Amino acid sequence: MWEYTDKVKEAFLKPKNVGEIPDADAVGEVGSIVCGDALKLYLKVDKDTGRIENATFQTFGCASAIASSSALTELVKGKTLDEALTITNHDIAEYLGGLPDQKMHCSVMGREALEAAIANYKGQPPPVREEGRIVCKCFDVSEDKIRKVAVENRLTTVDEITNFTKAGGGCGECKSDIEAILKDLWSVKIATERREQPKKLTNLQKIALIQEIIETEIRPGLQADNGDIELVDIDGNKVFVALRGMCSGCMMADVTVKGIQSKLQELVAPEITVEAR
Amino acid sequence: MQVIYLDNNATTRTDPDVLADMLPYMTDLYGNPSSMHTFGGQVHRKIEKAREQVAALINAEPSEIIFTSCGTESDNTAIMSAVEATPRKTHIITTRVEHPAVLNFCHHMGRKARRVTYLSVNNAGQLNIDELIRSLDDDTAVVSIMYANNETGVIFPVEEIAERLDDRGIMFHTDAVQAVGKVPVDVKRLKVTMLSLSGHKIHAPKGIGALYVRKGTRFSPYIIGGHQENSRRAGTENVASIIGLGKAAEIARKGLDEEIRHVSRLRDRLEQALLKTCPDARVNGDTANRLPNTANISFEYIEGEAILLRLNEFNICASSGSACTSGSLEPSHVLRAMGVPYTAVHGSIRFSLSRYTTDEEIDKVIHIMPVIVKELRQLSPFGREKLSCQR
Repeated sequence: MWEYTDKVKEAFLKPKNVGEIPDADAVGEVGSIVCGDALKLYLKVDKDTGRIENATFQTFGCASAIASSSALTELVKGKTLDEALTITNHDIAEYLGGLPDQKMHCSVMGREALEAAIANYKGQPPPVREEGRIVCKCFDVSEDKIRKVAVENRLTTVDEITNFTKAGGGCGECKSDIEAILKDLWSVKIATERREQPKKLTNLQKIALIQEIIETEIRPGLQADNGDIELVDIDGNKVFVALRGMCSGCMMADVTVKGIQSKLQELVAPEITVEAR
Repeated sequence: MQVIYLDNNATTRTDPDVLADMLPYMTDLYGNPSSMHTFGGQVHRKIEKAREQVAALINAEPSEIIFTSCGTESDNTAIMSAVEATPRKTHIITTRVEHPAVLNFCHHMGRKARRVTYLSVNNAGQLNIDELIRSLDDDTAVVSIMYANNETGVIFPVEEIAERLDDRGIMFHTDAVQAVGKVPVDVKRLKVTMLSLSGHKIHAPKGIGALYVRKGTRFSPYIIGGHQENSRRAGTENVASIIGLGKAAEIARKGLDEEIRHVSRLRDRLEQALLKTCPDARVNGDTANRLPNTANISFEYIEGEAILLRLNEFNICASSGSACTSGSLEPSHVLRAMGVPYTAVHGSIRFSLSRYTTDEEIDKVIHIMPVIVKELRQLSPFGREKLSCQR
């Protein structure tokens, strides 16, 4: 049995804002009966102020899906459309005092329905189109959606992706695919975040950054081949390293040093040179 | 408020007489049945009595009964033993609707260079015996087919299958965990090689099971160690639970006819009432060949976990084949193998009764269930107009 909070139980047993708004200004519909949960969100919007006057829902799904829907309608009421768009799936879960890990996808469904409804109001196509490459065929989850939810919730493991999107929760065949997407997503992300740092690093910052990159990105690879590396000295933009273990005397040592140099040039400063001692 | 327990295919209440028989062996009579002294020897004799009681329930010889820790261990042991006893054969046949104790073990064997055939079932959950016969070849080591399905209660024609397999030298195991104690099971008539049963499904405690192995069958133990159970299952005996299983088997055998009459009458009353009061509800599985205590009903347009938690508010216990209750995100493999539409799988509820179920309890469920179904349908975006295209 799931460990639901009292707030989830209450929102499930006595959901608020149930039903449809016949003259709704916006409708957002996500999920399907095949997947096991579906949510239809109705909004009534004040034309002049852009405020959501009323929000109701119809949900097919488990207790946490119904509770998340009730929470969503309570959260958006009285907000402008722009304000409403800042509501994340995390806010929905928090409103309910948290959801079990495996049920986070219910809060994601709430957020998606909101996006769909607002897009519908603005006459735009639904934001998460399932037209892109479908990764999880069991639950029809696209790569776009996996990337989006991963970034929004800072998800780094396949299990987390399954909890938040259901992807990988069926036959499990796409798990390696999800792994690859996460790897790609976060390595690019970390590199960009680094590059976005101020161009001019102080010497201390530069030394710290070089040390960190050698420790986290270069050393593990060398150690996997029974080699090792040691940072000997940094003089301006000149970096001196010593290759140890299988790396010392390896015929490929020059190539290894060049590789380290281009990595540091990419992540720290283009002027950096690396020499082995 | 009293609990209304209609989830007896999951587990059952331990019979008070069973517990009473067990208690001395958890307190004063703590001897090891393998010991030489009288203090241990008396425990040994009690275990042998339990073996006779279990054997009597399925018309076996006491020497054909091996006590195990649970139904899953019995299932794993049976298939593994059959595979090990026929090292030159690599083919296993089972069905798509088995309990995970068999199904996942077969998946596991499939990854160990064994060939596994998974037989399909029709919309009523029935097996196609011709498909089984067609799947057989000289390489087939074992056929493992359940006696009765835990989700739908559908009973497979095990006797007929055994007859068709006879004289081919193929081991035939049946997982009878849901059948024993609910319907008459007679291994002399069935001619199966091995049969699994479990204590906690027949009012004995959890953590005890048994495997019937027909006399003369080549057997290879699964748990290896001491000489307990005639060197067929090592490990110090779970004495109290074995004694409990023996007592439970005796009670089940003596009361079987009466219990069948009792639970089938209540089950039919519940089922007919719900089909009448809840529109767009349907029974899953072959109603002509079914356990007397099981009703699996789909309520369309709503989801099983939501139904269960609403029932829970009234202290009514049942279970569902919906994805949200399975621990995975996939709904019941049994109902999907039967081709039950997704709309109906997600809203499937299993009620399973026992000899303790009363008319008053059934009345309460008959009264409450339509209210819950109606309320949840008011929340649902589906089923407003007839979804004929969905079927």
